[in-house]
Amino acid sequence: MDAMTVSSKTTEAAVDCRGVTMRFVTARGVTTALQDISIAVPRGSFLTLLGPSGCGKSTLLRVVADLLHPTSGTVTVLGEKPEVARKNREIGFVFQDAALLPWRTAIQNVMLPLEVGGGAAHRGNRSAEELLALVGLAGWEDAFPHELSGGMRQRVAIARALICGPKLLLMDEPFGALDEITRDRLNEELLDVWASTGVTVLFVTHSIYEAAFLGQQVLLLAARPGRVRELVTVDLPSPRRLPVRETVEFVKLAGYLRTVLETC
Amino acid sequence: MSAPVEKVSVAAISEADQAALAVDAARRSRLKWRKRLLPVLAVLCIGILWWQAVTQLGVKPFIAPSPLAVAQVFVTRFHMMLVNLAPTALEAVVGFVLGNTIAVLIATAFVQRKVVEEAFYPVALMVNTIPIVASAPILVLLLGNGIAPKVAISAIICFFPTLVNMTRGFRDVNPQALELMRVLSASDWEVFFKVRVKNALPFLFSALRITASTSVIGAIVGEWIGTNVGIGALIIQATYSFDSALLYASVVMGSALALLFFGIISVAETRIIKWNVAQAR
Repeated sequence: MDAMTVSSKTTEAAVDCRGVTMRFVTARGVTTALQDISIAVPRGSFLTLLGPSGCGKSTLLRVVADLLHPTSGTVTVLGEKPEVARKNREIGFVFQDAALLPWRTAIQNVMLPLEVGGGAAHRGNRSAEELLALVGLAGWEDAFPHELSGGMRQRVAIARALICGPKLLLMDEPFGALDEITRDRLNEELLDVWASTGVTVLFVTHSIYEAAFLGQQVLLLAARPGRVRELVTVDLPSPRRLPVRETVEFVKLAGYLRTVLETC
Repeated sequence: MSAPVEKVSVAAISEADQAALAVDAARRSRLKWRKRLLPVLAVLCIGILWWQAVTQLGVKPFIAPSPLAVAQVFVTRFHMMLVNLAPTALEAVVGFVLGNTIAVLIATAFVQRKVVEEAFYPVALMVNTIPIVASAPILVLLLGNGIAPKVAISAIICFFPTLVNMTRGFRDVNPQALELMRVLSASDWEVFFKVRVKNALPFLFSALRITASTSVIGAIVGEWIGTNVGIGALIIQATYSFDSALLYASVVMGSALALLFFGIISVAETRIIKWNVAQAR
C-alpha cells in the first residue's frame, strides 16, 4: 500500500510511519497486529483512528509512544526517533483508564510527570492549576480520585498529559468507559483544548460518531491483520459544536464510515 | 460513575436535610455500638456456658477450671503474671519487627530483580514448610537459652505471610499506571517509590494483621524450650503442676497480647491508608 501522506510538503509531519509491521508471539501462534502501516500526520492536526477490535489501533498508538517496538518499519515522531520524543516529553498519553494514583490529589496527579524521569526540566508553559482550570476542574485541586466522577478523573488525566507542554497527544479510547452525556461534553471540551494548545492529537476510538466529530481525518483500520483501510478527510466546519452531528453532511459521513467499517 | 462529594456549608442545609442527617447519624451510631457490644456479649455468653458446664457436670478443677478460678488467678497472682508477660511481649515485638522488615526487604529485591525471586522463592517456601515446633529446638541449640532463639522463631513465623503479601502488593499495580510511568521515562526505583510502595500498603497491613498474632505464638513456642520466664514457660509449668486455672489464665493473657497487637495495627492502618478506606466505604 502506498504511504498515505496528508501533510503539505513544506511542514514536517508530527508522526511519520513507514511500513510499520508489528508481530506478537502469543499462546496461539504469531499474530500480526499491524501490517505495513504507512501514514503521515501533519503537525497541529487531529486524527482519529477507527476500526473494529483487533485492528491494532491501540498497538499503533503504543508504537508511536515508544511503548512497543515495531518488528519492522520506521516511526518518526516530530522528526526524531520515538524514544527521543518520549525522553524529551514531547508525547502526552491518555489511557482508557484514567490511571490516577489513588493516594494523590487531583493536582498531585497532574504534577506526577514533573517528579519522575527528569520531568522537572520539561515543565510546560501552563501550571497544574491552569491546566485543571482548562479542563474545567478549577476548585477540585485537592480532591482525591475517589471523590471525582469518571469524567472528572479523565479530565485530570488529560491535564496530566499536558503538564509538560507536549506537541503530540496520544489518546487511547479515553472516553470509552464514560456515559454518553459525559462523553459528548468531553468531546466538545477536547476540541477546545486542542484549539487552545495547538497540540497534534491521535485519538483511538471505536465510536463512529466520536471519530467523525473530533477528527480532521479519520484513519480506518481493518482487522486481522491490522492494516490501513482508508483515510477519510472530514469536511465539517470548525470550531465544531455538538449540533453539527444533526447536519446532513455529518450523517452522510457517519453512514459512509459505517459502510466501510462493515467491510473491515 | 459515582457522584462527586458535595461540600455544603452548614448554613445552607434545610430543615428536611437536617432531619435526614440526624436519622443517618443515629443509624450510624447504633450500628457502631452494635458492632462494639455484640462481641462482648458473645464472650460473656460463652463464659457463662463454660461456667455452667463445669459446675453442672462436676468437672474436676485440674481437668478444666471454672472461669471464676481463672479470673481469680489474675487478681491474686497479678504481679507474677505481669512479670511473665513482659519477656514474651518483648520477644514478640522484636520478632515481629525483624521478621517483617526482612520480608519487606526481600520482597523489594524480588520485585526489582526477577532473578532473585526465581532463585530464592523456593528456598523461602521450603523454610516455611518446616513446622515451627521442629525449628524451635534447632534454633535453641544454635542460639542458646536467651532471648535470641525466641525472637528468631517469632521472626521466622512472621516472615512468610509478609513476603508473599508484599511481593503481590508491589506487583499488583494498575498496568496502565505502569505504562504511564514508561511514557514518563521513569526509572525502576521511581516506579517503585512513586507507585509500588503505596500500592503495597494495604497488602502490608493485611500481612501485619496476620503476623501481629502469629508473632506472639512464635514467642510462646520458643519459651517452651529451655526457659523459666514468659507466657510459654508459665504454660509448661502450669501443665506439669496440674494448675489448670493458671494454664487457662496464661492462655487468656497470651491471646490478650495478640489482640492488643492486632488492635494497634488496625488503628495504624486506618490512620495511614486514607484513600483505600474511603474507597471501600
